Amino acid sequence: MSTQAPKESQGRPASQALSKRGAVWLDALTYSAPLQAGYPPSVRVADARLADRPARFIAVVPDPDNRFVRARGGEVGLVEGWEVARAVREVIDADAGSNDKRAIVAVIDVASQAYGRREEAYGIHQALAGAADAYASARLAGHPVIGLIVGRAMSGAFLAHGYQANRLIALEDPKVMVHAMGKESAARVTLRSVTDLEAFTASVPPMAYDIDNYASLGLLWKVLSVDNADAPTAADQAIVEEALHRALDDIRTDPSRGLESRLGSPHRAASATVRRKLREEWR
Amino acid sequence: MDMQQLLERESFIELDARSRAKKLLDAGTFRELLDPFERVSSPWLMRQGIATQADDGVVVAKGTIDAQPAVVLAIDGGFQGGSMGEVSAAKIAGSLELAAEDNRNGIPVRAVILFETGGVRLQEANLGLAAIAEIQAGIVDLRRYQPVIGVTAGPIGCYGGMSIAAGLCSYLIGTREARLGLNGPAVIEQEAGIAEFDSRDRPMIWSFTGCEQRHRTGLVDDYVADDADAVRASVIDRFRAGRPQACRSERVAGFLKRLAEINPSAQATPEQVAAIYGKGFQS
Repeated sequence: MSTQAPKESQGRPASQALSKRGAVWLDALTYSAPLQAGYPPSVRVADARLADRPARFIAVVPDPDNRFVRARGGEVGLVEGWEVARAVREVIDADAGSNDKRAIVAVIDVASQAYGRREEAYGIHQALAGAADAYASARLAGHPVIGLIVGRAMSGAFLAHGYQANRLIALEDPKVMVHAMGKESAARVTLRSVTDLEAFTASVPPMAYDIDNYASLGLLWKVLSVDNADAPTAADQAIVEEALHRALDDIRTDPSRGLESRLGSPHRAASATVRRKLREEWR
Repeated sequence: MDMQQLLERESFIELDARSRAKKLLDAGTFRELLDPFERVSSPWLMRQGIATQADDGVVVAKGTIDAQPAVVLAIDGGFQGGSMGEVSAAKIAGSLELAAEDNRNGIPVRAVILFETGGVRLQEANLGLAAIAEIQAGIVDLRRYQPVIGVTAGPIGCYGGMSIAAGLCSYLIGTREARLGLNGPAVIEQEAGIAEFDSRDRPMIWSFTGCEQRHRTGLVDDYVADDADAVRASVIDRFRAGRPQACRSERVAGFLKRLAEINPSAQATPEQVAAIYGKGFQS
């Protein structure tokens, strides 16, 4: 078996630089608070104030020296999944005896889950479940959880890091993207050409890759227009902070700890119909 | 299994989704919700010239298991690879939500999910992904009251976002025919190259992701023969055992301890995974 995979070093085209957005926004929103020690370079955890109350901010960022080579570009891999889980559960445990549950903000710019043999071998699905579980458990325990999408929110990586949030907020920006699979792979799996796939994305909103189409699905609580998503200006930062404050208020006045607030869009009419009929027939 | 047992046993894998649900429920208690005659099918496939199916590939069945109220959510791997579209996923998420609500009202409904799925239905991409997040939320919620049991029997197995959902279940049961993993082999090959993962190398794929290996490495709880009675007996045993002290996805420290023992500079082997994960995930 050829285990020395020559492709490993070529995982990413040179034109595709490592994204700094997760790190930049985490740093801005925490006013350069020191990173929590003990986490790997790919998982940044910082505690800061949000609306004058303590909050934890978490980002998964690229680490070109990641010991797992398939997780060097900002992907959520084995270590990232379990370390995000640890960062969230630290907060759950710390506030276990208190009614005042601190907020958790997932700063989201995740390229994808890590694709590799080691990852499958050691159960990357379980690592991502660890992270999703932690966020869902935090939400159910009463922590306000906000997902702030500043870049890519792709597939399993998004399921692990952010999709369990009470509220999702995204920047309106061409590099902000939510999807289930990259275009080339999606074309391969559905036996279509990339051109055909793109043609369908124009008429089928859930298949599209851009944030405007995604917003039409009703999953986002707010879409924010900023000047510079790569290097936020003071005004950009103020816009995002204001939105985070309002999201916190919205979550605190909402009696539900679930995800029902995502079901309102006309593009999700079938999701609502299914739930209504199930309830009628449930007994 | 000797020859006589082999001849007498009823294959579970060969049963369709509806028959599987019937088999797991106590005799005579099967009642289907949102059945095919209600014709709640995918609103998105038709637009793409793809035939729909009247139940969208998921059977919701209520009844009792071991005389306790239960809902079985059986995915039909024969329709679009068991993929999760808006409707099929909403049937699962909505049922889990109602089961959790029942538990809050003192009705101890339990759930079994039959995972036979490649994950997100790419023709409904973002709505499938969003609904999988809702399935995950539903599992974590319901799991607080009653065990949520996942079964993956094959031949499709359990992939994509639904493998993360499987990773959230209180207990997982698998057969030799089923694989459990995050990324499909063709997608890993597309993203990482054929040297990293050859999607035609079936023995290699099974050696890592087959449920025999998943059981050996502690990522599946019960490894059962392809025998409908054995699957049902295993489900009943796990329900009788009650909620585990900690679910697999909650064992953060235990998994991190094992990950630290991996030498990622060498490619993974099934034996190495068994040696490390075989020690368990107690923290």
